[in-house]
Amino acid sequence: MAQLTYRSSVSLAIAQSMRKDQKVFFIGEDVGAAGGVFKATVGLLEEFGKERVMDAPISEQAILGAAMGAAMTGLRPIAEIMFSDFLAVCWDIVANQIAKTRYMSDGQINIPLVIRTANGGGSKFGAQHSQSLENWSMMIPGLKVVAPSCPSDVLGLMDSAVKDPDPVIFYEHKSLYAFKEEIEQTDISIPIGEANTLHEGKDITIIGLALMAQRAKEAALILKDKHDINAKVIDLRSLVPLDLQTIKKSVIETGHVLTVEENPRLCGWGAEISSLISEHCFKNLKGPVTRVTTPHVPLPSADILEDNTIPSVELIVNEVIKKLKGE
Amino acid sequence: MVDKLNDDIGEEKRLQLWEMMLKLRLVEKKAYDLFLQNLIKGTSHLALGQEAIAGAFGVALKQGDYTFCTYRGHAHTLARGSSIEGVLGELMGRQCGLMKGKGGSMHLTDVEKGVMGSYAIIGAHLTIANGTALASKYNKTNEVSVCFFGDGTTNIGAFHEALNMAKIWNLPIVFVCENNLYMEYTPIHEVTAVEHPAADRAGAYDLDKIIVDGNDADEMLRTAEKAISKAREGKGPSLIEAKTYRHSGHSRADPGKYRPDEEVKDWMENKDPIKNYRAKLLDFNINEKIISEIEEKVKDQVEKATEISMASPIPEIKEIYTDVWANGGSEWHN
Ligand SMILES: Cc1ncc(C[n+]2csc(CCOP(=O)(O)OP(=O)(O)O)c2C)c(N)n1
Ligand SMILES: [Mg+2]
Repeated sequence: MAQLTYRSSVSLAIAQSMRKDQKVFFIGEDVGAAGGVFKATVGLLEEFGKERVMDAPISEQAILGAAMGAAMTGLRPIAEIMFSDFLAVCWDIVANQIAKTRYMSDGQINIPLVIRTANGGGSKFGAQHSQSLENWSMMIPGLKVVAPSCPSDVLGLMDSAVKDPDPVIFYEHKSLYAFKEEIEQTDISIPIGEANTLHEGKDITIIGLALMAQRAKEAALILKDKHDINAKVIDLRSLVPLDLQTIKKSVIETGHVLTVEENPRLCGWGAEISSLISEHCFKNLKGPVTRVTTPHVPLPSADILEDNTIPSVELIVNEVIKKLKGE
Repeated sequence: MVDKLNDDIGEEKRLQLWEMMLKLRLVEKKAYDLFLQNLIKGTSHLALGQEAIAGAFGVALKQGDYTFCTYRGHAHTLARGSSIEGVLGELMGRQCGLMKGKGGSMHLTDVEKGVMGSYAIIGAHLTIANGTALASKYNKTNEVSVCFFGDGTTNIGAFHEALNMAKIWNLPIVFVCENNLYMEYTPIHEVTAVEHPAADRAGAYDLDKIIVDGNDADEMLRTAEKAISKAREGKGPSLIEAKTYRHSGHSRADPGKYRPDEEVKDWMENKDPIKNYRAKLLDFNINEKIISEIEEKVKDQVEKATEISMASPIPEIKEIYTDVWANGGSEWHN
């Protein structure tokens, strides 16, 4: 039994994958000697040396291009893009090259790589270092999209991501790096595409991802304690592939659904879920599927402004009460 | 070894530069104090130790010229004449901030002063600065654009694309690489094919190889004036590599432990641009009383501005919904 932070589970997960498979190597900016700007890769250089833990220049296109090429020949790169916002500078490699090459080559080429990146707000870093960009990659056929909400999920999902024959974008949440969990077994594997239930309940289904899944769980505890509402909280853990069956099962029981997303509203993943639910569970619904999101604005920097832009526990609680009690 | 007879700079300008650099230093120090008091949230990248570069350009540029800087841009913003309370207020997320708290430390912008933004994604602003330079050429105005960036930035594609374009279009622009020897935590030489990350690439774009001691304020001023004049006269772009060093870590979260103690000590004690400039002013027989009067004046300005920004209210929550669109709002459906 050991207490692990989300941050240290990242370096442990990478180390475990590297110990198991000599083909795995790790590349990124300031990741080796410095241990990463979020200190999430401390110790890797010491254990695996410069051949397998590579400090790169500020050259995101070249980093991901090289990772792709290496993956094409059977290596299993884990590449770090320091902040998910920087995916924009190498989006050609991600969206046009990595995502489409397997298909265009009629399956001749496999690209088994992992892009891990720090995602999300809460640090008052402003509009270009705080975005929640899971939905950017979700809409591109050929990319798998993972976003763990706790240390054990980091461990289990990283193991699967590295072993996956397809490219996986692994969104780590900056505001969860300090999150702690007691963990019995660290060398675990969690299949990509299985949602997790963070709180049981039959009155309403709340669906979240990463930090928003944790906030939804906190909201569920308050709803139960103070408002006699039992909410089921589903942590999707991955958007592609999506665990539609778990969602359906719960919606059939509850008839009420709220998605909680950190991204701005338009084209957020909750819209896709909402559409799926109305297709698959229309008769079970007791009201409209509703969404809590960041409004359609870039994230402001000042603390009072950022705190009131990203969905809070309080906002989730209020939305649920409004839906169920019409208050 | 000062040559007082052939002094091309003169007392007036030197004192102007002195005042400017002091302002940049004292405001950054104040920003650091305000962090320690937990009044500044988020991140912040100080330019302590690099004041001679922004300072020299601040003195050399004219009103109407454009500047572009990075997240390490408090100094470059102040150097154009932006108010101290506007900068500190933005860092603290107050209404008096340059952008009322919406942009934060990494995005200081003050268009009225020619501060066309601070950019936090490496490389972007080199290409954008070409655009203001292009507009100046297009409109046949006489403005010059200046773009500041770090050594690490020379390894992203945008750096190379921007230099090539500036050259083929003969743009009135000055690119200033502040080589502080490190990208974030990684020594620049470990990730760069050449010794001088900017200057050694200049030849590839038919630009002169210009390397300057970025901590020598006089040399910096001469180099800045020369490149700015060249641009203003329609003779095209320049790329300057200014050697310097940051006194603090990369950002507020960074204690800078990856740098050898000896190296830090040498730069802090022997190559501090401000300490050395003070000594130089005395060498030029400038009255010490005048020098200290300026010191007192700047200290006073910084204290007053700090009080103003601390007294300024936090922004109203409704600010969140402003300025997505040119009509001032953020509505997206009727
Ligand atoms: C495209 C992109 N990649 C990475 C980063 C993260 N990052 C911020 S500052 C920095 C180092 C920049 O070094 P340099 O250009 O030397 O500027 P300095 O910070 O030393 O002033 C890095 C890697 C970024 N902001 N944008
Ligand atoms: Mg640098």
